[in-house]
Amino acid sequence: MEIVKPLVQLLAALLLAPLLPGVINRVKAFFAGRRGQPLLQLYYDLAKLLRKTPVYSRTTTWVFKAGPAIGLAALAAALLVMPFAGRPSALSFDGDFVYLIYLLGLARFCAVLAALDTGSAFEGMGASREMQFAVFSEPGFFLGLAALAAVTGQRSLGGMFGVLTGDSWRVAAPVLALLTASFFIALLAENSRVPADDPNTHLELTMIHEAMILDHSGPDLAYILYGAALKLWLFGSLIASMVLPSHSGAWARDAAMFLLVMLGVAAAVGVTESVMARLRLTKVPYMLITAFAFSALALIFQMGR
Amino acid sequence: MLLVLLSLLVLLASSALAFVLRKDPARAQDAGAYGAVAASLTGLLPAGRVLLTGMPETLTLPWAVPLGSLSFTLDPLAAFFLAPLFILTGLAAVYGVDYLKAYEGKKPLGLAWAAFNILTASMVVVFTAANAVLFMLGWELMAAAAFLLVLFEHEREQSRRAAYLYLAAGGAGALLLLAAFGLLGRSAASLDFALFSVPAGGGASAVFLLCLAGFGLKAGFIPLHVWVPEADPAAPGYVAAVMSGVMMKTGIYGLIRVLGFLSPWQEWWGWAMLLAGAASCVLGGLFALAQHDLRRVLAYSSIENIGIILMALGLGTVAAVNGATAMSALAFAGALLHVLNHALFKGLLFMGAGAVLRGAGTSELDALGGLGKRMPRTLPLFLLASAAACALPPLNGFTGEFLIYLAAFGGAAAPAALAGIVTALALAVAGALAAAAFTRAAGTAFLGEPRTGRAAGAQEAGPLMIFSMRALALLCLLAGLAGPLLLLPVGTAVAAAFGLAPALAAMEGAAAPLVYVSAAGLLLISLAALVFAGRALALKGKQPAAAGTWDCGYAAPTARMQYGAASFSQPLTDFFQPILRKIGQYPVITEYFPGKASFSTEAQAVFYNSFYMPAAARLRDLAYRFSWIQHGRLQIYILYIVVTLLLLLLWKL
Amino acid sequence: MNTFAELIIVFIILIDLALAVTGSLSSCIKLVALQGVVAGILPLLAMHGSPHFRAVAFAAVIIALKGAVFPWLMMRARDRSGARKDVEPLISYPASILLCLGAFIASSWLGSRLPLPETGVAWIVPASLATIFTGFLLITTRTKAITQVLGYLVIENGIYIFGLALFVEQPMMVELAILLDVFVAVFVMGIAIFHISREFDHIDTAELSELSDWRRGEDGR
Repeated sequence: MEIVKPLVQLLAALLLAPLLPGVINRVKAFFAGRRGQPLLQLYYDLAKLLRKTPVYSRTTTWVFKAGPAIGLAALAAALLVMPFAGRPSALSFDGDFVYLIYLLGLARFCAVLAALDTGSAFEGMGASREMQFAVFSEPGFFLGLAALAAVTGQRSLGGMFGVLTGDSWRVAAPVLALLTASFFIALLAENSRVPADDPNTHLELTMIHEAMILDHSGPDLAYILYGAALKLWLFGSLIASMVLPSHSGAWARDAAMFLLVMLGVAAAVGVTESVMARLRLTKVPYMLITAFAFSALALIFQMGR
Repeated sequence: MLLVLLSLLVLLASSALAFVLRKDPARAQDAGAYGAVAASLTGLLPAGRVLLTGMPETLTLPWAVPLGSLSFTLDPLAAFFLAPLFILTGLAAVYGVDYLKAYEGKKPLGLAWAAFNILTASMVVVFTAANAVLFMLGWELMAAAAFLLVLFEHEREQSRRAAYLYLAAGGAGALLLLAAFGLLGRSAASLDFALFSVPAGGGASAVFLLCLAGFGLKAGFIPLHVWVPEADPAAPGYVAAVMSGVMMKTGIYGLIRVLGFLSPWQEWWGWAMLLAGAASCVLGGLFALAQHDLRRVLAYSSIENIGIILMALGLGTVAAVNGATAMSALAFAGALLHVLNHALFKGLLFMGAGAVLRGAGTSELDALGGLGKRMPRTLPLFLLASAAACALPPLNGFTGEFLIYLAAFGGAAAPAALAGIVTALALAVAGALAAAAFTRAAGTAFLGEPRTGRAAGAQEAGPLMIFSMRALALLCLLAGLAGPLLLLPVGTAVAAAFGLAPALAAMEGAAAPLVYVSAAGLLLISLAALVFAGRALALKGKQPAAAGTWDCGYAAPTARMQYGAASFSQPLTDFFQPILRKIGQYPVITEYFPGKASFSTEAQAVFYNSFYMPAAARLRDLAYRFSWIQHGRLQIYILYIVVTLLLLLLWKL
Repeated sequence: MNTFAELIIVFIILIDLALAVTGSLSSCIKLVALQGVVAGILPLLAMHGSPHFRAVAFAAVIIALKGAVFPWLMMRARDRSGARKDVEPLISYPASILLCLGAFIASSWLGSRLPLPETGVAWIVPASLATIFTGFLLITTRTKAITQVLGYLVIENGIYIFGLALFVEQPMMVELAILLDVFVAVFVMGIAIFHISREFDHIDTAELSELSDWRRGEDGR
């Protein structure tokens, strides 16, 4: 049974990930006074896209087709490392959070190259911005995980969230609060949510992630959308594990609570998107540097304790 | 050891043969290349043996040079550096045959091969010498051979300047090293490494600083890097691969050797290396992002990677001084592993850039584009190497950095933990910058539409070039997946350099996570296969349509509308303008119907222009003040000599 | 450890960071007021046992002054001056925030070196030093006269917290004297800004150097 649990967790993550964008959209619709898309819209989209025949630009090479697939593989592999409900994941080892970050880097690398393969000005623009923001967001995210490692004295994600309990919040509330804030900003930026990017805008000059995937269609686009949902799940579960560090010992109960918190995180993203305007493009690095400052502060606090 | 000597002799012989046959380029090529490959195969055997057994081999021959002795030692550390040297030079020689074909009859190929094999031989001497005189002989020979190779295209002013800069840096470094060796061996009968003694008091620190600067000038970390972005791109592709992949590492090798002599260490030595390395890896990545020439991007990336290695050495030193043995050993192991990995992927990258230069006639990023279709066999190799250079799993760039990260998070007490955080942060920033630099370089050169006619008419690289690159690519992948297997040689090398106990600790600390990394790498590959299979299934029976690129409805896109190299990096380079100091001309549009406008931006060599040039100008001004000494008359110079001799006599009396 | 007090300390540092980066004058004023209020609450939490009446009254006065009176004065000065409503920093946002972080690292190092009595609340000394530094940052890198006053207020907040670290039980003596100084300073500055802006139509301190003699002589006019 113990061997099966990580697999069940993984399967749950793979199946439920597309639910999160649906929740976000519903929350946004609620704030805007609309009914909104069905909660399962992304599932329908994916099913439809997988059935479609793609169109390929004559400019592109195999890089364009391989990009989404390798990116999805990288994100799925990252999901293997991420703990679920404070329990060790299928793959947990010292320094696995470094591996996680570099897997996200691999996914980004593939997406950017696939975008550049089209020779489109817009996709080049999106790719350029994606890389720019990564330079600012990655160190902050990294420092945050390093601070978490320092707080818990563990060097694997599974270990960190295994050690983290409600008592940790009582002892180190400032540090953990700062880290959660930093991770939330990282979530918004890495998943191209408002205020860093707008997933809904189709105004080409302002968008980032959407601009990179303009040319993708059919199963490739499905892979990209699904990959984005997985990435959202990754960051969401990071935050959920931060704010809900209780382990009752009963696996099913923990998992249910965890999923509930995940929905809460998605709702929080939706609320953030509804009440905030998108930042001017030149201001986005400032937001990411703020996340970096949060992480750095947390680390300084932790070091000086 | 005899086999190393044999490979040395083969190199020298083939070098001489290539020089003798210089009138017949084809045969000169054969002589040089076969010699290099044979020497590589011969040399790899003893290197591998020593790495596996951990038993050093020595050899001493009679030599009538004062203070010198012809003594070689092949210990695991030397063997660890010899392995990438032989791998890279052997493959580079194969590559070089195709690369140089175009120059047959135009360039002295015999001389080029002679210089190339001398370069290899001199590096073998540097890595195995057990005597400072012998070491310096190899060191200077290496500088001279590389100088000749950088001058290969001497008709270009840029090449001449690069070669001159390289020579100046090498000369300055050698002087500092002579002083350091003099201090180390001043009480011994000969300058054998085994007889070195640590100078008392501040002497040890003086030796360290002299070596840091002297070896640093060869390793090329910031701020001693000025020759790297000039010389590496000026050399032919296969030479640049060797220079960047191995020759710069001789500086790292020397530094490790001398650190071995100098125990006990001071903590600030570690901090000096760590901070120089951190500056080097962050700034190297940043400068790489601003370059407009593919080969210059690669050169700056070499500076970045040398910075990573140096930073790990510094981290290890700080940790060792503070008693964190396991952490220090992990850091050293990471540094050594990255030496090997960088040699592999940077060699491949420089070969890829050479293929681009050969195929399209230029390596200016904004003149390229769409090479992926014209050079379909080079494209995956270059992309793979780029991914490795960004330390992306499952490739080999990741394993070394992973060990360094593990070390960085292993610190418990304040100084070591602080050093670890600085290291990890610098690595993370450098990694993000490298990713931007390499997606930019690979994307602009190989993807999209060709920007110029030259790019449109690019030719695929020759079969031997492809063979070498494929071999390196395979090694990159294997080294990435076989990280745990590499731990044994790395461990023995660390043991040879810094003692047994830390090496054992490193093995224990790193083995389990690295096994996981390898497993995760395999898992990633199988996941990718699964995803591709899913894609194939989804596309079964469908005929994907072909169309033009969807440019948001724009009907007549041209290749010039693509994002170029300058525009790709512009947001970042603008942000870091206070550091980069690009020189740019931006058009200001004032009229309603503006005419033609032009935009230019140029990445300048910041350290060269802002530091070394003013310093040199100062020095020249100072020198002018003493120009009254120089009259140009023979009598006066003889008078100087007489006066000097008299003074010396008086002083000694 | 007193977790709630620690949270407040973090909050004060975050306000420092925010002050270093906000672009608008009014939010700057509000942030300074908020910091004053939060700092005013702090002694009540840091104290052992139940607070005395005197301490509560004193905190109430401080909160009223810093949270209501000063901001009101500053807002008035801002409105009357008719100047542009943004801060006009001399250095960029990232530079400001990195300076602030560096200041915090330096002050945590300094705090570990200073021979101070145990306060029961971690980070109180570094936070106060960082706040003082942020005040200096506001004074030195912003052009407007009103931000200078804000800078002084932030420094005062920092000194207040520092005094708290020194005399957990008896912060009033030090505090009262300082508060009086600052109160007068704010009044004087308020009046000065008001008049300067009337004379010159702006309150850019760079323009104040026009008043000196040497500058005029240098221009040759």
